[in-house]
Amino acid sequence: MSMPFYVSPEQVMQDKAEYARKGIGRGKSSVTLEFEGGVVLMAENPSSLMKIGEIYDRIAFAGVGKFSEFDQLRKIGVRYADTKGYAYSRDDVRAKALANAYSQAIGDAFTRELKPLEVEVIVAEVGDPTLAGHEKNAIYRVQFDGSISDHEGYCVIGGSADDLGNLLRAEYRPGLSLGEALQLGRRALQRAAEGQPQVTSENLEVCVLERGRVGRKFHRLGTDTLREHLGD
Amino acid sequence: MRFAGRYSGSSFSELLAVDYPQLLPDLSRLSGSLDPSKVPHGTTVLSFKYADGVVVAGDRLATEGNRVASRDIEKVLPTDAHSLIAIAGAAGPALEMARLMRIELEHYEKIEGEPLELDGKANKLSQMVRANLPAAMQGMVVVPLFAGYDLRRHQGRLWKFDVTGGRYEETDFEATGSGGLYARESLKKSHRNDISREEGLSVAIRALTDAADEDRATGGVDLQRRIFPIVDCCTAEGITRASDAEIEGAYLSLAGVR
Repeated sequence: MSMPFYVSPEQVMQDKAEYARKGIGRGKSSVTLEFEGGVVLMAENPSSLMKIGEIYDRIAFAGVGKFSEFDQLRKIGVRYADTKGYAYSRDDVRAKALANAYSQAIGDAFTRELKPLEVEVIVAEVGDPTLAGHEKNAIYRVQFDGSISDHEGYCVIGGSADDLGNLLRAEYRPGLSLGEALQLGRRALQRAAEGQPQVTSENLEVCVLERGRVGRKFHRLGTDTLREHLGD
Repeated sequence: MRFAGRYSGSSFSELLAVDYPQLLPDLSRLSGSLDPSKVPHGTTVLSFKYADGVVVAGDRLATEGNRVASRDIEKVLPTDAHSLIAIAGAAGPALEMARLMRIELEHYEKIEGEPLELDGKANKLSQMVRANLPAAMQGMVVVPLFAGYDLRRHQGRLWKFDVTGGRYEETDFEATGSGGLYARESLKKSHRNDISREEGLSVAIRALTDAADEDRATGGVDLQRRIFPIVDCCTAEGITRASDAEIEGAYLSLAGVR
């Protein structure tokens, strides 16, 4: 009978973290920004496979890393939100609970499974000024090991998140117009894509949670609308 | 509430059936019979094509046997930006069906990234009506109308259903509920597929007024309480609801003719 090799738990966790970081680092980054009219989510994405999606009336999702894994998480989020809204009320579906559930699920996979999820996700919620206690926007980031953080103003996920975070820390200010937010987001993504083709309206995926809309606040900005705002 | 269940498809009602069966409206396990006159019932709803799409209208009365259950119930409900359901029959299960239908369409769109075709939506509703059959056998009959604007074929379309889930596309108009027969008689005389929105309002109000004239359970226009029928128009641009003032105007000019 052969004896199994002993590997220390620290080593296992380090190896898993490195594996996940590598996987995430191979993909492109995604930026979420608050602007005067709501929250905008952006990703460099030339393909037709979407990285940003609608979860519920005021909640959106953005994922980076391995598509099959974060898309699965997105669908689980939609199922969770729709079921909760059906069982209780539409206003009971909140980003914080969903982000916590993601954190639990991703963290569980990180400790239990041999292969960790190679993903990072953002859950963003636009505030509703007519509902007491729901007025503020919320942005949550969940990392590959399940660690969760909340962010004010802006948030970046993906391989070059730290670098882009520095750029946004220097340039972001509250109360941006949609056009200004889009230009800032594009500048950030452009830095991440250093040496690669230009980030233009054609290869940007942009979704907005627009506070002023009735009902479902989520919508996708088409290439023409982006061109108007970005001037290219 | 569990986070990830076993279901992995794109239908919300199937998701409930697999992972949260306790949340599904299921009256099929009822034993004995429930007197339908003890449960609020919606009465007359109608739908017809017009130049820009479809009109869907309904009165506001709900009855329990020969008593009034509600004077201002809404029986015409948008299910998404380009489709509506109009309900007649047992109000509780019917409203629940409309709510489930709305979530079903939104859920599919979010999971799949694109909305169902109008045919697909009508087919889904027929499955929901069929699922209600055991309850219908107990007297809880739900017979909706479904209408919408088909963005691929550039036209308004409408369907009626029977209690077994039978789905019938209508070419011109349809009405259902206790006053449905009278509304249909009225529509037969005044409706054409190429009428304007304004004419459509008038045709809808005339049909509901005719139904209310003959059927005591249909509400019609209540000028004293200022309760007006609901008339929604669905076009390529989306759904708009006629204002009370427009409906009052259409009713008064109609009353002047009589």
